[in-house]
Amino acid sequence: MKLQQLSLFLENRPGRLGAPLEAIAKEGINILTLSLADTAQFGILRLIVREWDKAKQVLEDAGWVVNLTEVVAVDVLDRPGGLAEALAVLEGAGLNIEYMYAFSLRRGDKAILIFRFEDPDRAIAVLLEKGLHVVDGDELLSVVSC
Amino acid sequence: MLTELWNDAEGGFHPASAPDFLPETALKQVQLRRLRAVVSLAYDNVALFRARMQERGLAPDSIQRLEDIQQLPFTVKADLRDTYPFGLFATPMSDVVRLHASSGTTGKPIVVAYTREDVGVWSEVMARTLACCGLHRGDILQNAFGYGLFTGGLGAHYGAEALGATVVPISGGNSDRQIMLIRDFGVSALCCTPSYFTYLIERAAELGVDMRSLPLRAGIFGAEPWTDGMRDHIEAAAGIKAYDIYGLSEIIGPGVASECSAQQGLHIFEDHFYPEIIDPETGESLPDGEEGELVLTTLSKKAMPMIRYRTRDITSLISEPCECGRTIRRMRRIGRRSDDMFIIRGVNVFPSQVEAALLAVEGTLPHYQIILTRDQGLDQMSVEVEVTPEVFSDKIRALEDVRARLAKAIEHILGIRVGLRLVEPRSIARSEGKAKRVIDRRNEGA
Repeated sequence: MKLQQLSLFLENRPGRLGAPLEAIAKEGINILTLSLADTAQFGILRLIVREWDKAKQVLEDAGWVVNLTEVVAVDVLDRPGGLAEALAVLEGAGLNIEYMYAFSLRRGDKAILIFRFEDPDRAIAVLLEKGLHVVDGDELLSVVSC
Repeated sequence: MLTELWNDAEGGFHPASAPDFLPETALKQVQLRRLRAVVSLAYDNVALFRARMQERGLAPDSIQRLEDIQQLPFTVKADLRDTYPFGLFATPMSDVVRLHASSGTTGKPIVVAYTREDVGVWSEVMARTLACCGLHRGDILQNAFGYGLFTGGLGAHYGAEALGATVVPISGGNSDRQIMLIRDFGVSALCCTPSYFTYLIERAAELGVDMRSLPLRAGIFGAEPWTDGMRDHIEAAAGIKAYDIYGLSEIIGPGVASECSAQQGLHIFEDHFYPEIIDPETGESLPDGEEGELVLTTLSKKAMPMIRYRTRDITSLISEPCECGRTIRRMRRIGRRSDDMFIIRGVNVFPSQVEAALLAVEGTLPHYQIILTRDQGLDQMSVEVEVTPEVFSDKIRALEDVRARLAKAIEHILGIRVGLRLVEPRSIARSEGKAKRVIDRRNEGA
């Protein structure tokens, strides 16, 4: 149910984002989605890719420090209040969200959000119990390729 | 016969090591005899030295006891620059068989000379150094000190041959080939700067070579100050014993002092290099055990004798007996050099202090660089630290926390505010020789 997310450290200066993306593009690895968090000095690029293990190797060989984190993809109704309802579930269960970002694709009336939880296993259990749909890796790949 | 006996003992002894075990009274006799001879040689042949002696009303005969050395004038690095290139030579060029020079990053280099006898002494003290580090005949020593004008390469080379070890004279640089030969030749010992070896460990891991699985068992590291934390890291990551050796071109090159198996201070080969510790401010001699600037006198050098040379290195002498059995005195590892020191907003700062702070926070020493700038007349110090897998996180907050802890640890030690930037791995240039830890841009531009 969990997805593997790659994170890498970038200095916050012009041109730094392109290099890692080129490195994985050269290996034919497709990026499913990404998010960039930054401060004045540095940034963290977070990537969800098709072949995370290969991408991790490619990036590490090229000299980046890569961190592997488990995240959870959740289907949320793409209408006003859709996200708020999902968040209410998490809040009600006392689950701590470290950060979240939206998936670049939507399907039908659903948007996919990526959550980084302190405790992803408990989060998945709560989400499923409350009837929310957790998107697993294979499903995500099939969404992207159609 | 004797050689066979020494070589069989794995304790790292060699016939050349015999003076390391001289009883104190015998050692002092040798030192006094040699001191009187070298003072006469310098007085008779080096104009600068003679003039300074005469100014003080001294003649070679003024040296009657070892303690009389304290009356002699100091020699400083500027003297070598002022007399560039050959002004301090005590023998004619026809007796000089070798010249070496410092790289000369600022202004003129410093030139040093050796007679055939000096090269013999140098080989002997380097053989004693390597024996001290447990090397013997049958060892394969990869010599990654630079060959050329720098004294490191040829000094270690001659010493290893004198010891009877097998030398791989690879010189510095070409890290991938260094790693290939360490593996393919079954190299058992390697010498280079500690910062370069740290880089070799890193590079070997990238190439899929685990240094711990190789026969390499000893690293002989010198030419720059390094900390105990860096030693722990090297020993654990490469599965070797890491020995600190000490020397400087002005005195002879490497071979002035070396650690032994006890790794509790460096034995000074004091039958050739007479050590003193002085207060760097007043020039007063300090007793054994007290910290101050190391001053060395070459007792047997012919081409370019150095009388009371101020090394700028801060240490103390240890006269207590060493567990290895050597009777020659030891000095504590050099943590700092007075010329590595820089002053920022009135505070004296040594790079080793920054290193200690980084080690305390991270556990291992990351690559770092200190940058000094001047902003509207005010000096600024910032430290760039490469992000390591150990501290990297996907959470901004966690990285900000690391950054803040590093800055706080440094500020705590130095007592001044510093900027701290986390930078990408391998963005700080690696050196094949001495690591460049401080970039001073305070006097660049407006």
